[in-house]
Amino acid sequence: MSTIAGILFDGIAYGSLLFLIGVGLSVTLGLMNFVNLAHGAFAMLGGYATVVAMNRLGVPFLACLPIAFAVSAIAGVVLERLLYQRLYRASHLDQVLFSIGIAFMAIAAATYFFGPGQQPVSLPQFLRGQVNVLGVDLGAYRLFLVAVVAVVTLVLAWLVARTRFGAQVRAAVDNQQAAAGVGIHVNRIFALTFALGSGLAGLGGALGVDVLGLDPTFPVKYMVYFLLVVAVGGAGSIKGTLVAALVLGIFDVAGKYYVPQAGAFVIYALMLVLLLVFPAGLYGRRA
Amino acid sequence: MARAAGAQAVTPALRVAALTRYWGGFRANDAIDLSLAPGARHALIGPNGAGKTTLVNLLAGVHAPTSGRIYLGDEDITQLPQHRRVGLGLARTFQINTLFAGLTVIESVVLAVCERTGASRHWLRTVAGRKAEIAEAQALLAMLGLEADAGSVTRNLPYGKQRLVEIALALATRPRILLLDEPAAGIPAGESAALFEALSRLPAEMTLLLIEHDMDLVFRFAERITVLVGGSVLMEGTPADVAADARVKAVYLGEDVHA
Amino acid sequence: MPDGRWSRREVAFWLAPVAAFFLLPGHLVLGSQILIAALFALSLDLILGYAGIVSLGHAAFFGTGAYAAGLLAVHGWGEPLTGLAAGGLAAAVLGFATSFLVVRGSDLTRLMVTLGIGLLLFEAANKAAFITGGVDGLSGVVMWKLLGVFSFDLKGRTAYLYSLVVLFLLFLLVRRLVHSPFGLALRGIKEGGRRMPAIGAPVARHLVRAYTISAAIAGVAGALLAQTTQFVGLDVLGFPRSAELLIMLVLGGAGMLYGGLVGAAVFLAAQDWLAGINPAYWQFWLGLLLVLVVLFARGGLLGALATWRARRGRRP
Repeated sequence: MSTIAGILFDGIAYGSLLFLIGVGLSVTLGLMNFVNLAHGAFAMLGGYATVVAMNRLGVPFLACLPIAFAVSAIAGVVLERLLYQRLYRASHLDQVLFSIGIAFMAIAAATYFFGPGQQPVSLPQFLRGQVNVLGVDLGAYRLFLVAVVAVVTLVLAWLVARTRFGAQVRAAVDNQQAAAGVGIHVNRIFALTFALGSGLAGLGGALGVDVLGLDPTFPVKYMVYFLLVVAVGGAGSIKGTLVAALVLGIFDVAGKYYVPQAGAFVIYALMLVLLLVFPAGLYGRRA
Repeated sequence: MARAAGAQAVTPALRVAALTRYWGGFRANDAIDLSLAPGARHALIGPNGAGKTTLVNLLAGVHAPTSGRIYLGDEDITQLPQHRRVGLGLARTFQINTLFAGLTVIESVVLAVCERTGASRHWLRTVAGRKAEIAEAQALLAMLGLEADAGSVTRNLPYGKQRLVEIALALATRPRILLLDEPAAGIPAGESAALFEALSRLPAEMTLLLIEHDMDLVFRFAERITVLVGGSVLMEGTPADVAADARVKAVYLGEDVHA
Repeated sequence: MPDGRWSRREVAFWLAPVAAFFLLPGHLVLGSQILIAALFALSLDLILGYAGIVSLGHAAFFGTGAYAAGLLAVHGWGEPLTGLAAGGLAAAVLGFATSFLVVRGSDLTRLMVTLGIGLLLFEAANKAAFITGGVDGLSGVVMWKLLGVFSFDLKGRTAYLYSLVVLFLLFLLVRRLVHSPFGLALRGIKEGGRRMPAIGAPVARHLVRAYTISAAIAGVAGALLAQTTQFVGLDVLGFPRSAELLIMLVLGGAGMLYGGLVGAAVFLAAQDWLAGINPAYWQFWLGLLLVLVVLFARGGLLGALATWRARRGRRP
């Protein structure tokens, strides 16, 4: 029984991380209809920012998290204003190629500055080891991860449902023209949303160094998983991304535990099945 | 022009029974009944948002109705997908130009003809070798006055010509019933003459349903008019009936309805 | 109206690889790679350039063809032409089976489905190492003489001509297809997807057919690779191969029949020259090139060429 609880918990932790990184992609896709395959690069940026801050500047781990968020958010705004916004009306093929190009450049840059190997990160003492919760031994760091993502999710939910900004984003996702028609500065919304999504990805990348590892191929290695989560959850739906991320996280961990020979097979097959039944995603808008 | 009188004596070309479409809580079409005799010249009018285009989309098969049935002659086509309805003789034009932007005019029409004749399944002969289909397409373009533009790429055509290509594509399927969704949309009121010309030259046996805002066009063209308001049928009658009806005048307050 | 006549430029284009055989005898191995990649790119052009389906997993068919032909040879049947047919057939079956997933859903769904199928196959081949050789690859692909006469020599001469002939024949087929009413229907799907059903076109049926043919051709390309290199590595199924294919096609210009061929030649020649210097630099410049092509030269090389020639023609 405790094994199942353990797997469930690990799956939730993994899924939470996928959600944190993937939610920005989902909103970008739902809002700007832009397929951004370079999204993982922002997560990677957050990861490397954390590594630099911790290992070369001696910044404590917890303080690195907002730094990672900020660095990726700023990078996101800059890239969005300079480059991405030119391609909002372009075909999805163009967007795919463009973002692959950005991803390639990011990977090459990371290799140049940091070398091709994995980056080590030493977690603070209080985040290592196990914590006993209700009779089950859970990894302290994973517990911390789930807690952070839970807080972020609640903040996001509040932002979307209770603030004017959130209302504006929802309006723009629903009908861009109408939103512009009632005076919403759609361009500003795009920039801020892109920044928020990239920042969250950066935060996820920072948190994920210990769980997912960090090397220059991060954007390509994990891009599939982020895309998967967004496609299955339904682009533009935060709830959908969360559900999809948790489901896929649990299935991936369970799959690798119970059927190790199948490897990632389980998760890809599950994705195909889900997409077959829900072509627009679990919470997708187009029926 | 001779017209089939007494819709009860002949099977209607197109019939709709209690057709309803909900979008979530919003009732776009509510229990609509409509019956078109073969060869009818029927118009559908109503203010913006009345559900006219939704009805056309239901008839054409773009959306499935929430409830109700659609009959083409004797056949219940409610469950049939779009392209199968075209095969049975039901074609439509779009309110917003939905053309093949990168193809030339002649290519677009030849494509439509080939889809009808089944030539689109063939991949070993070139398009140029399909003489019959090309000749038919050229005749169609000539009928609409588009021969000179045959070689032009669709996206480079002036708007008015694009509206004619819209109709050409529908006609290429040799429909028995043609749904025209605001064919004069975007064309200045004074310039709809060419369009009316084209409509009046359509075969008498073809059943036409015209959705329009251009009242000039509607009153010159229609023998019967259905008025749609808020998703339901307000009334149906001859142009004279409609023009005289107080409720219709109230709905169109401020609009110039012909007496 | 497409009438299938050959322009002088087209004839000149096909003389180039023939000339290369005689003028560049030391580069025939690279030449074969280019010809095979060109065939692979041609298969993608059919569905992407003409029908408008963006696929991130076309390597699935390439790899299927490669393994089919490779396994056939490893298990005793090394006749090249039947091996090619086997590769094409295996890939066609897979293409047909998966086409139903691909013709539904939005662009993103299609992207994910094509990507997912590619990854699934890669994982499957990886885990089924007892069949495929896994990470070590499938070696021992011994080929018999081509047509009973020509043996595959170390300098790659037979391989080159073999690849060239196969490429040319399949190119003729695709050229015919593209100029036919079916080809026009595919272009219609790309140019006006919403209008197609309204003119009575069975869009899904057209796409299934195109996708299956495209998969078959990709499978033949994969089989060619297996036969000419006498080896099949896992990378034939990998995402990088699908991504590079996409890049080659877009670089050359999609939807123009020759774009994939040109793109493959330019890409592989450049990679051969530059990647030798420093792989990380290659990736950076490739990324930058992609960004620039999308921003400024969407039609790829052939598109830019066509624009340039049009401008020249217009000057008095």
